[in-house]
Amino acid sequence: MAILEAQNINYVADGNQILFDCNFSLNKKEIVTISGHSGSGKSTFVKILASLLTQTSGKIYFEDENILDLSPIEYRRQVSYAVQQPTLFGETVYDNLVFPYDIRKQKFDRHHVIKALKTVDLKESDLDKPITSLSGGQKQRVALLRNLIFVPKILILDEVTTGLDCDTKASVHKMIDYYMGNYDLSVLMITHDNEELKHAKKVVYIEDGRIKEGTENE
Amino acid sequence: MNNIDISNSSLFLTAGLIFISLAVGWYEKLKINKSIIYAALRAVVQLFVVGYVLKYVFAIDNWILTFTLMVIIIVNSSINASNRSDGLKNGLWISLAAISSSTIIVIGVITLSGAIKFVPSQVIPFTGMIASNSMVALGLCYRNMNAGFHDRRQQVMEKLALGADVSTSCKDILRDSIKTGLQPTIDTAKTVGLVALPGMMSGLILAGVDPVHAIKYQIMVIFMLLGITAITTIIACYLGYRSFYNSRMQLTRF
Ligand SMILES: Nc1ncnc2c1ncn2[C@@H]1O[C@H](COP(=O)(O)OP(=O)(O)OP(=O)(O)O)[C@@H](O)[C@H]1O
Ligand SMILES: [Mg+2]
Repeated sequence: MAILEAQNINYVADGNQILFDCNFSLNKKEIVTISGHSGSGKSTFVKILASLLTQTSGKIYFEDENILDLSPIEYRRQVSYAVQQPTLFGETVYDNLVFPYDIRKQKFDRHHVIKALKTVDLKESDLDKPITSLSGGQKQRVALLRNLIFVPKILILDEVTTGLDCDTKASVHKMIDYYMGNYDLSVLMITHDNEELKHAKKVVYIEDGRIKEGTENE
Repeated sequence: MNNIDISNSSLFLTAGLIFISLAVGWYEKLKINKSIIYAALRAVVQLFVVGYVLKYVFAIDNWILTFTLMVIIIVNSSINASNRSDGLKNGLWISLAAISSSTIIVIGVITLSGAIKFVPSQVIPFTGMIASNSMVALGLCYRNMNAGFHDRRQQVMEKLALGADVSTSCKDILRDSIKTGLQPTIDTAKTVGLVALPGMMSGLILAGVDPVHAIKYQIMVIFMLLGITAITTIIACYLGYRSFYNSRMQLTRF
């Protein structure tokens, strides 16, 4: 059954229509890949799904509830969006990983965080590293962990592997596999990467703001 | 008080100083001569009008009139501050709230503590000082807030995406904006007397007041300024940041 369903989404910004009548659904524990040319509206579409933009018309249902009826804060904790080219917060890795606890008014759980760091091939000692000393791939993984410290129901990844080397890409995929294997997690990932597209189970293309019928591999 | 009475003819002669700035403007092709002349004329007219209005208001010592004048000062400075807010939604109301709160609190403290009396000749100049300093602090604060939401838009969005509430998502920006609003006052407090003799103190000394009495006033003014800028910037930031978001806790385009 669909955990997230978008019906007839249109989006107009400053008089330009960016999305046209988009329909989309994501099932529980499913991973769907979105692809399409640069500027076709992929980020805009997932930002709407993540409740960071509101569609001009159309409806989105999360677990059969219209997301406009849900609290944006609670919803975003369940449907977590990892942005294209993230920035890190504060000064150290710790500042970034304590953030999910701070916003939930919870105490930092060191044990849990160390375990999470390991899922992306990072170590406990990395916690105190200044963010300026991290490589691009390390930054990307720290940013992703912010979305996963409290495991959401849906993870939306906006080109998170773009520009990463093969090893880092592999550890990002390992992380996705780990969380999908151990939790009830559905994933929606945007990518241009041919290798990733080849391995994708289900691909949805967005062209000029319109969703093209998905193709199913295997 | 004869020592500060400037004759009309000497005032006229000092107007020659304006020609220096006109000459600079012309020589450097700054294209600002029109506005220099306009500004100078405005200053003359405004000050003469204010001088006569104050003379009248002080003389009849009526609290309704005093109050009206205070309101005019507050409204004018709020309009000015909101013009510097670069289209902040509700900029005028936010500025009004910020400047009037700081005026009420500070005038309240300094009159109740007996530092000044609630008479027009004391309350009105203080209101003017409070409002103009609030206005400058607000201008800085707004500019910083706009720049912050512009430059750190992505980071704010990331925090929202992780499920942060609106005020957490922009805490850094607000902190910086408040700091920026306070900074000039803090700098002034540090260098006062060393770099510049503040206008008010100079005025009192020129008017023949014992410098030791004049500094007491000045010390109070510095305390006051610190209070004012803190109150205005905090209020403006906490009322202002909301206009960068919509009711769905999303960043609006600015
Ligand atoms: N707020 C906005 N106002 C106006 N136009 C916008 C706005 N946001 C995005 N656009 C435009 O919408 C189109 C889609 O942008 P979007 O970021 O969704 O593309 P994308 O498919 O994610 O591209 P990329 O692969 O380069 O990330 C672009 O032409 C962009 O210029
Ligand atoms: Mg994009």
